[in-house]
Amino acid sequence: MKVEAKLLLGLGVFFGLMCAVYWNWSLENAGGVMMFAGMLLGFLPGGYFYWWSRRMKTRPEDDPQGTHAQGAGVVGAFPGTSIWPFTLGMGAFFSVLALVFGIWLLVPGLGLVVWAIIGGTSEGRRGGQV
Amino acid sequence: MPSFGARAGDTTSSRSVFHLWQGFSIGAFIIGAIVLALLAWALVRYRRKGDAIPVQSQYHIPLELTYTILPILIVFGLFAATLVVENKEVANPATNVTINVNAFQWGWKFSYPGSNAVVVGQTTQDPVMVMPVDTNVHINLTSTDVVHGFYVKAFNFSRYALPGIVNQFTFRAVNTGTFFGQCTQLCGLYHSLMFFKVKVVSASDYATWLASFPSASAASAALNAQSGQSATYVPTKVTNSSGVK
Amino acid sequence: MTDVLERPHVEEPEHHGHDAHHGPSGLLKWLTTTDHKIIGLSYTVTSVLMLVIGGAFAELIRAQLASPNGTLVSFAQYNELFTMHGSVMIYLFAGPFAFGGLANIIVPIQIGAPDMAFPRLNALSYWLYLTGSITMLLGFFTAGGAANFGWVAYAPLSNSINTPGAGADLWIGGLLLTGFSAIFTGVNLVATIFYLRAPGMTMFRMPIFTWNMLVTAILILLAFPVLTAGLIMLYADRHFGTHIFSVAGGGVPVLWQHIFWFWGHPEVYILALPFFGMATEIFAVFSRKPVFGYKGMVFATISIAALSLGVWAHHMFTTGVVLLPFFSIMSLLIAVPTGIKIFNWIGTMWRGQVWFSSAMLMAIGFLVTFLIGGLTGIYLASPPLDFFTHDTYFVVAHFHSVVMALVFAGMGGLYYWGPKVTGYLLNERLGKIQFWFLFIGTQVFTLPMYLLGLRGMPRRMAVYPHDPQWKFLNDIASLGAVLIGISTIIFVVNLVVSWKKYPAGDNPWDAQTLEWFTTSPPPHHNFYRLPVIRSERPTWDHNHPEHHALAHGKADR
Repeated sequence: MKVEAKLLLGLGVFFGLMCAVYWNWSLENAGGVMMFAGMLLGFLPGGYFYWWSRRMKTRPEDDPQGTHAQGAGVVGAFPGTSIWPFTLGMGAFFSVLALVFGIWLLVPGLGLVVWAIIGGTSEGRRGGQV
Repeated sequence: MPSFGARAGDTTSSRSVFHLWQGFSIGAFIIGAIVLALLAWALVRYRRKGDAIPVQSQYHIPLELTYTILPILIVFGLFAATLVVENKEVANPATNVTINVNAFQWGWKFSYPGSNAVVVGQTTQDPVMVMPVDTNVHINLTSTDVVHGFYVKAFNFSRYALPGIVNQFTFRAVNTGTFFGQCTQLCGLYHSLMFFKVKVVSASDYATWLASFPSASAASAALNAQSGQSATYVPTKVTNSSGVK
Repeated sequence: MTDVLERPHVEEPEHHGHDAHHGPSGLLKWLTTTDHKIIGLSYTVTSVLMLVIGGAFAELIRAQLASPNGTLVSFAQYNELFTMHGSVMIYLFAGPFAFGGLANIIVPIQIGAPDMAFPRLNALSYWLYLTGSITMLLGFFTAGGAANFGWVAYAPLSNSINTPGAGADLWIGGLLLTGFSAIFTGVNLVATIFYLRAPGMTMFRMPIFTWNMLVTAILILLAFPVLTAGLIMLYADRHFGTHIFSVAGGGVPVLWQHIFWFWGHPEVYILALPFFGMATEIFAVFSRKPVFGYKGMVFATISIAALSLGVWAHHMFTTGVVLLPFFSIMSLLIAVPTGIKIFNWIGTMWRGQVWFSSAMLMAIGFLVTFLIGGLTGIYLASPPLDFFTHDTYFVVAHFHSVVMALVFAGMGGLYYWGPKVTGYLLNERLGKIQFWFLFIGTQVFTLPMYLLGLRGMPRRMAVYPHDPQWKFLNDIASLGAVLIGISTIIFVVNLVVSWKKYPAGDNPWDAQTLEWFTTSPPPHHNFYRLPVIRSERPTWDHNHPEHHALAHGKADR
């Protein structure tokens, strides 16, 4: 966890420095704002990882001597097949087409999106069938 | 010294750019040749000769430091050379010749503050920007609609014409002659035909040319007569291509 | 159904219960899959199809330029062609091929994970990519034609007055969809790499390809939201009456260029880093050595990514409203980590046993072509030289050298990893023929364009009546484009000829990383068993226990 944290915090520090230099030197603000946001993207998750890395014991994947026995147990729950990503994708497709071909396409578009969100969420809770 | 495909050009700064180009090219060719030679040597010398497993060496710190530090030094050298030329190129020395360049879809308007001279033309009418030789000529470049690119090959220079922003730069031509220019930034349907010419003339010819334009009221009357519009120019209707032939 | 997975053990090649995965088959399987390998394969096939479509546009562009007054297509059609050529190649081929295709398949296996961290999000990414691609290409079937403002869509040319019509809106819509697809894939890759590594697979034991994909994913998360925001602003300007990019309403057109390139330059490395990773793996495997300077390689990748966010305005030197020295030095500095990589690649071959397989040839083609593209890039980092060459064919040649290098690495990746995904090798002889067509074609294609640029030919020109002498160099470039086209046909022929013909086995190349430990193709959740992981080359260590990588100082035992 420490390496991950350092990677993100390091990027955050770098973008922070660049932001400071650029903001004081440049003629426009857009780049400064964007680099400030880049700095936040480094600090927010980086800080979270760093906070946790000091409070948890070393994970097997962070241990140079880690063995498979240490890692034994549940890795995670992985869904099998699911139709909801496709449904959500089609909903997004129709919604975007609505930007071009007419607002009425939002009806099927958002309908599919809502259906997929409900379906996908309840599928996750049941932990089961399509 | 070889030219590496570029030309010295016809302004003072185009010559500085050309020398910078030569410097960069020499560096690029030397570095490229070294890398290719190393690659060829590695490929030939260490081509597969059997199933033996080679020594599994992975690090060579002195070597790695060398090819980290050397490029950094080269980069700062290139940056220093860049700064010298760049400062020369973006400097705006005092001048009493100013040309306002206005780009539009799909043509150019060159107007000369302090005189009545205005040159307007579109696409293949090739409007001509007349400027004196051996004089600092200050250009104010802007656009009335979309982004255009003001590019004169012989001056080794291009600059965007941006709507709402006036870009300023200075040319000091060292040779007389007529040079070809065109729009380099995609600006719509007839982008491929948005041409112009730059004619560099002697100072006396330039004065004569400026004086050849009628007074402001007469000029606009002439334009009105041509176009039937009161605007300074109307791109689709202006037919007057240039002041000099 | 949901599988609750347990870690496989190396000692017991047990019969795992999850390989016989019962589920739908056929079309329904494709629509409902959450398996990263099938999604990755769908990505790969779709993106290679996009490569062919974009390539066809390129051949049409070259045919138009065969005459100074070409009349094959109209000016309007020509603008559509180069816009869609660039858009398809950048947005729909190069990125998705790398981070949606090969990375999706390979990264989880390389770190010993059973799947991506969010399999359903992964599937959603693919559907957004597919529908986004369809949306963008739909423009050709509308009355006004496809988008025609260049792949950079500079405001105010891209507003509703200068570019009315559905094609431009479809372009924006397609980019919104593929943009979100990229963001989701980025999230997925970061989470997978941070949380699903096998025991012992520390960060500094991840293969270089995985490292590069991690850095790419972080770059995606930094850059793509900016593009998405910019596209929404552009759409609002077009249809909701805002004036963000219009002078008349008090807006600033240059803002679009800042936003676009703040995404656009990191995008160059989002495209390039995965292919660097592929080439790195190939060099190591076919030299039968570890990656030379592994840690230097990782830090070089991170530095490239960090610097790439501070260089966007080197695309805007000629606007005259950017800070020249800042962007110049940052851009020049990127040459340093890139140089480190090039020397490390050569160092990997140094004292190795270089096996000239098709994949290795492609990687060498990548190195040579990328060297040319990289060196010419250094010129463009210098503002005075950029003023000189900006928006001419010199720039076109520069980035075609770079992206053709990526095509080489991608082809190498297909020859190298294809057997792992399908279980069958491609024909090596055809692969080598393809390489030579591609290699010679690429150089014949790009080198004349450098000269054209120096002679003053601007890009995006449908005709060049003033300078008919440019025809000669254009014709040579077109010949190169034809050779590249032939190489693509040879590749398709190879796919057909080799179809299920040459069984690959688990590890045909004596490769080093985890994906070569499992079967070809890998089972549903990738591994029946895992080796002990004590370096970035667990499979090699397992197969050659007496040939561990040497620390520094022990090179000459």
